[in-house]
Amino acid sequence: MSAFLKLHRDDNVQVALRLVHRGTRITSESGAFETLSDVAMAHKVADRPIAKGDLVIKYGMPIGTASEDIAPGAHVHVHNIVSRYTATHYRKEEAGLTDV
Amino acid sequence: MSEVWQGFLRSDGRKGIRNTVAVAYLVECAHFVADEIVRNFRDAEVHLIGFPGCFPNDYAQKMMERLGTHPNVGAVLLVSLGCESFNRSKLASVIAASGRPVETLVIQKTGGSAATIDKGTALVRDMLDRIADVPLVDMGVSDLVVGTVCGGSDGTSGLSGNPAAGRTFDRLVAEGAACIFEETGELIGCEHIMAERAVTPELGAELKACVDKAARYYSVLGYGSFAAGNATGGLSTIEEKSLGAYVKSGDAPISGIIKPGDVPPKGGLYLMDVVPDGEVRFGFPNISDNAEIVEMIASGAHMTLFITGRGSVVGSAISPVIKICANPDTYRALAGDMDINAGAIIEGKQSLDDVAGEIYTRICATAAGTATASEALGHQEFILTYKSFDPIGPACLPTV
Repeated sequence: MSAFLKLHRDDNVQVALRLVHRGTRITSESGAFETLSDVAMAHKVADRPIAKGDLVIKYGMPIGTASEDIAPGAHVHVHNIVSRYTATHYRKEEAGLTDV
Repeated sequence: MSEVWQGFLRSDGRKGIRNTVAVAYLVECAHFVADEIVRNFRDAEVHLIGFPGCFPNDYAQKMMERLGTHPNVGAVLLVSLGCESFNRSKLASVIAASGRPVETLVIQKTGGSAATIDKGTALVRDMLDRIADVPLVDMGVSDLVVGTVCGGSDGTSGLSGNPAAGRTFDRLVAEGAACIFEETGELIGCEHIMAERAVTPELGAELKACVDKAARYYSVLGYGSFAAGNATGGLSTIEEKSLGAYVKSGDAPISGIIKPGDVPPKGGLYLMDVVPDGEVRFGFPNISDNAEIVEMIASGAHMTLFITGRGSVVGSAISPVIKICANPDTYRALAGDMDINAGAIIEGKQSLDDVAGEIYTRICATAAGTATASEALGHQEFILTYKSFDPIGPACLPTV
């Protein structure tokens, strides 16, 4: 069973189905990449380059805007995307970020 | 072939799946005394509900009236301090008019704490005897009102638990049940796709207006409906959380919008608009998950499906809560608190349809009297706070 789930063909992120270690292969029509950090279950990984200002797409729908350039294989989370509605409140030390 | 079980027939014609005595405090000052009465009935269906505020509030009055006449409630004991603003005589008369036994104890007139606890305990004992022989009646899925709430969501919620619950909702709606989904603050980003499911264009416009209201309300408060644990579980923004939450509504057409305490007029799928109307007055719409569960119950929910990823343990007073765990790691950690392991979907061990069928079976068993995990553990959470609503608009309800 693949470590990642792509929920919709338009998505630019995939979801980890279990804890995924750094260097795990993730593929898309943009190519094959390796995860740049450990990624916890149900967290997201970019499966193509996402430029600062681009929409992040999951379920085929926008879930926010990239706040910086995101490389393929990078963990996509509160550190590099922002809501288009209300700001996300989180505790950095508990947000599951291993790459900041 | 739909299931049939025996329910409790109330004098007002409503059918319940539990036969409880509700003990209701009408201000925080009466909470302890009411709680002491309930504690004397650990092994009986005696549940504590109440409103803590001393200032009057139309919403709280309506909620308590609907809770006191809920189909799962057979009798009610009201516990008042005496000087609070709550309109206890109106509440008592509404409950009495529904044919349910109701008694009121005013602590200031009953001789204080100890005397009120003694007297209340005797009254509850008498009520349990009186409702023990309430008539039974055949009940089926089409008689049910089922709510769904998600809480402690994480990135698995939208992959397993919520879509499975959505498929169960589709089946319940097809069989004539009234199903309620909620939290307009957690539908931000879904308003356009949701509006397309409305049975009329006017209702579609109302659905969008509900979510716009929620977005405005939360932006004044400065926080979305998003807790720190949501981010830990992989959710990055409110719209991502919303999309995952939205799928628990399934695919059925949306028949109407209700506000807390409005009972669906017939079967179908309803959105509950939980965000207060008007300017921001009393703080966050629902300060925690149980506030939403209580609103579902006030709108007649016989039971509530609660989908969690991070791992909630709550139940509720009055109506059972079926907990569906979306995250396989959480399920293993908290199995004793969970009714359904939807995490098996994440692990590839079960399909969405398998789990949706399991939820349906559990709903029927719960309706027939089997205790849910939280009921067996004795959970009876309840919370009710200040809110203010305008009545729903004319386009919000289907014609009966």
